[in-house]
Amino acid sequence: MNGSTAPKHPLDGLLRTDRIPHIWCPGCGIGTVFSSSLIAISSTGKDPANTAVVSGIGCSGRGAGYVNLDSYHTTHGRAIPFATGMKLANPELTVVVFSGDGDLFAIGGNHFIHAARRNMDLTVICVNNLNYGMTGGQAAATTPHLAKTSTTPRGNPESPFNLPLLAYASGATYIARWTMLHTRDLTQSITEALTRTGFSFIEVLAPCPTGYGRKNRLKATDMLKIYQEKAMVKNGINPAETILDLEHGITLGKFVEYDRPTYAENYKAVCGE
Amino acid sequence: MKFWRVPLDTEQIVVTRGVVHIIEERCKGCGYCIDYCPRGVLEASSRFNNRGYHPPVAKQPDLCVNCHYCEAVCPDFAIYSVEAAAQSISEHPVK
Repeated sequence: MNGSTAPKHPLDGLLRTDRIPHIWCPGCGIGTVFSSSLIAISSTGKDPANTAVVSGIGCSGRGAGYVNLDSYHTTHGRAIPFATGMKLANPELTVVVFSGDGDLFAIGGNHFIHAARRNMDLTVICVNNLNYGMTGGQAAATTPHLAKTSTTPRGNPESPFNLPLLAYASGATYIARWTMLHTRDLTQSITEALTRTGFSFIEVLAPCPTGYGRKNRLKATDMLKIYQEKAMVKNGINPAETILDLEHGITLGKFVEYDRPTYAENYKAVCGE
Repeated sequence: MKFWRVPLDTEQIVVTRGVVHIIEERCKGCGYCIDYCPRGVLEASSRFNNRGYHPPVAKQPDLCVNCHYCEAVCPDFAIYSVEAAAQSISEHPVK
């Protein structure tokens, strides 16, 4: 069963296989989220030639370099502005932003809230590994209170963002949160986000065994066990009531989906063609 | 599978089966597929791949029901399953 006859993975068509194996560490969850995104992209039935993937900087930002579609690896924090430009220049494109919590919510936080406010027709997939993985596991805007990182050896004194609430308050019209263990729900959510119009935000929790895990004495499989034991699926819950606490519970589900005019529709209505 | 009586629709129910394929040189030995296979098909092999990790091996290949979970959870695109001929429920092996 070791595949001696030149095995070909079903997703090889969407991968730049010459770059695989990728750089992500053993046990890193980004690969799984990436895989779910590719399955979702292929299951929408849309022409892959009309799909573009945009990434920022960071571990998750490497995603754009591994996908065999039109893709763009942008400057740090600027994945959403580049994606916005792409979408406005060519409205036929389905634009996916695949990036991490540090890129999207720390350096790129303002771009996120303004794209959500305008209801740009983008699908934003945020891989949240609770720290800055690539630069050495420093505390990020999503690091839980009291969690240890390389810059907070006594525990993080700050409070993290509640990303679904931030997205909701900013005006995102589709908000979901899953972990990389909930691959089926995650794939379905990404598929829904890709097929609808409006700003869709999907937060995905993924273990970072090298950065966050090592400081908090959590192996990759320990993190998955936490996801399995603490996950509470509450679809439709108010984003203000969602929690992300590795001890008390992690609220997952599709929280918000509603329709309002996108930026392109409003622009056309006000300024003409 | 043991039943206290034979269900009336036993003849119609078929259990899907799959064959697991492992691309050993891509594996980084995280063990997710081994831990989360719902049928316990896989285990870590004692062999090393060319990067020094222990790739999984199918210890009970007959138990695979082609659920594709290993394929979905693998971060390294290193494992997948393909459908094999289905099996009647009455001859399905008990775990």
